[in-house]
Amino acid sequence: MNLSRREAILLALASVAATSLPAQVKAAVEDAIAAFTGGAELKSEGITLTAPEIAENGNTVPVAVDAPGSASILILAAGNPTPGVATFTFGPAAGSRMAATRIRLATTQDVIAIAKMEDGSFAEAKATVKVTIGGCGG
Amino acid sequence: MITRREFLQASLAASAIVGASGIGNWSKLAAQQALTQDQLFQFDDFGNVTLIHITDIHAHLRPIWFREPEWNIGVGEVKGLPPHVVGQDFIKMFNLQPGSPEAYALTYEDFAALGKTYGRMGGLDRVATAVKAIRSARPDSILLDGGDTWHGSMTSYLTNGQDVVNAMNALGVEGMTSHWEWTFGTERVKEIVETQLKFPFLGANIYDAEWDEPAFEPYTWFERGGVKIAVIGQAFPYMPIANPGWMFPEYSFGIREERMQAVVDEVRAEGAQLVVCLSHNGFDVDRKMASRVKGIDVILTGHTHDAIPEPVLVGETILIASGSHGKFISRVDLDVRDGRMMGFKHKLIPIFSDVIAPDPDMAALIEAERAPYKDQLEEVIAKSESLLYRRGNFQGTWDDLICNAIISERDTQIALSPGVRWGASIMPGQDITREDIHSVCSMTYGQVYRSEMTGEFLHTIMEDVADNIFNPDPYYQQGGDMVRVGGMAFTCDVSKPIGQRITNMTLAATGEAIDPAKTYVVGGWASVNEGTEGPQIWDVIESHLKKIGTVNLEPNTSVTVTGI
Repeated sequence: MNLSRREAILLALASVAATSLPAQVKAAVEDAIAAFTGGAELKSEGITLTAPEIAENGNTVPVAVDAPGSASILILAAGNPTPGVATFTFGPAAGSRMAATRIRLATTQDVIAIAKMEDGSFAEAKATVKVTIGGCGG
Repeated sequence: MITRREFLQASLAASAIVGASGIGNWSKLAAQQALTQDQLFQFDDFGNVTLIHITDIHAHLRPIWFREPEWNIGVGEVKGLPPHVVGQDFIKMFNLQPGSPEAYALTYEDFAALGKTYGRMGGLDRVATAVKAIRSARPDSILLDGGDTWHGSMTSYLTNGQDVVNAMNALGVEGMTSHWEWTFGTERVKEIVETQLKFPFLGANIYDAEWDEPAFEPYTWFERGGVKIAVIGQAFPYMPIANPGWMFPEYSFGIREERMQAVVDEVRAEGAQLVVCLSHNGFDVDRKMASRVKGIDVILTGHTHDAIPEPVLVGETILIASGSHGKFISRVDLDVRDGRMMGFKHKLIPIFSDVIAPDPDMAALIEAERAPYKDQLEEVIAKSESLLYRRGNFQGTWDDLICNAIISERDTQIALSPGVRWGASIMPGQDITREDIHSVCSMTYGQVYRSEMTGEFLHTIMEDVADNIFNPDPYYQQGGDMVRVGGMAFTCDVSKPIGQRITNMTLAATGEAIDPAKTYVVGGWASVNEGTEGPQIWDVIESHLKKIGTVNLEPNTSVTVTGI
């Protein structure tokens, strides 16, 4: 727990961000979802989001989404200043409809994945990823 | 038709009838000086497979005092469930006699007084005797070690874990998983695993950090009693967060529940009739994992140092908790028929060092490992009039002493000491040797830093650590206790979310409230950051002890806990 002053300040800022998500970020998440789905209903089946419960390094967090039968997948980091992470698009010949990448998370937050299925329906999965300053494992 | 879960519940009921795993009624025997090794080992063989479980010895090869926690708060769904039951409640729940040997072994009640009657516990030479006795009854037994094995003593520090590795090889361990092992660094871990261990080092959740692919052997096979058995390893999930990731940057860990399910499915498909998970998740994490991953028969739990006298049944999985520091081993007999576990019998065997004869070969090995360092180890540094112990959610008297040492030796206002759960107790009136100091602080990153922190940052640290313990979702818990604080008082409401648990932070010396904007001088040890500078914690403690001569601690009232 011997952090430099700069790290300390960054963390202090991060913790403030965690407790009060700015309204414009929240709106940006809602807008991104609306733009992708056109306001359609979101199912919870048919999509698997894999992310660590606690990030080993908030600067590079591995996430993977698997949504068989999807045409595209949107990934959002709901607590980042800019929530949009990526949209993956699959052609009809794509053998599997899964994507994995690493993302930077500013603070503890939800990672959201939404899949647009080939039949035009949508499915959503969420995972809370905790970004911690590290503790004292017994 | 009776379901399999009903069979397993019947097994659990049978163990309750004979009282705490069939160990009942020793108090009378002990009073008559008649408690014997045979009684401790007594077990009516059952079924066709026997597992022997030892975990979290933290390199304690010799008998120790170890006081169980007075505080072990459970939050959310696990409130009031084992292992979050202590003292009188524990005695009642498991139908023990107050003052009996099992009450002494399993709870903190009257610890110092009962210790005089029942003596030290553990010692790998006594454990060896117990393992040999079980193996002679059941030659096909499987001995598994849950990790936190190589680290935690002065001799293991001086030999880079070699003394413990030699001892565990001699004990005949047949598989292990890991946590603090990694604090010796990647190179040393690989050297031991690849050239010295006579058994597999398992971890289905140990991944290559760069490629995000499995990096270690996930499971191993046994063919015992005509049963095909898969043992899957699960290393401590939060290695690079709770311990210094820079010491093993090549690896990534995590709970990886979906990976565990995939591995269970894989071994089932390959014909496993019994699936055992040798885990270092911590009890609450394992309880949740058992409720979500299907197809595990037995989880041998570790990490959180809980000793529970009966298995905990979750769905069709039994969880076994075998304590720490060599104080207990578990024997689990299983009836595996038609490719399924249909029943079990279990005993948590307390290793009373004055009752169980040391195994001569293991005793000689331990003596030989100690011989080169004997004078350093056994030098008396001070004496304690107080009972010194570590375990407890918020405080331990050992930590009070350590925080006092940091404040005094490093001239700080506030001291922070990590909430680890290892380290032996010291009885009132006992001498403190150099080895005793190492028992509570030995590590490869023991530098004591001295730095400035704002009140706001101190609060952030406290909130962060509190969430690692009191987050209601076990998957977000790391399994340690709350950071110990010297020089500062605070209130913790365990029922609140992160950011709202810690209030009323005040300087203990003056009662003055901690100002978020003001800067304070803070000392602490076990920083996970690379390049931390300062003297080693054991040297700081030794220097302090030499100045005070005799330890006489005042009761610590600096932490107020609410929301229980």
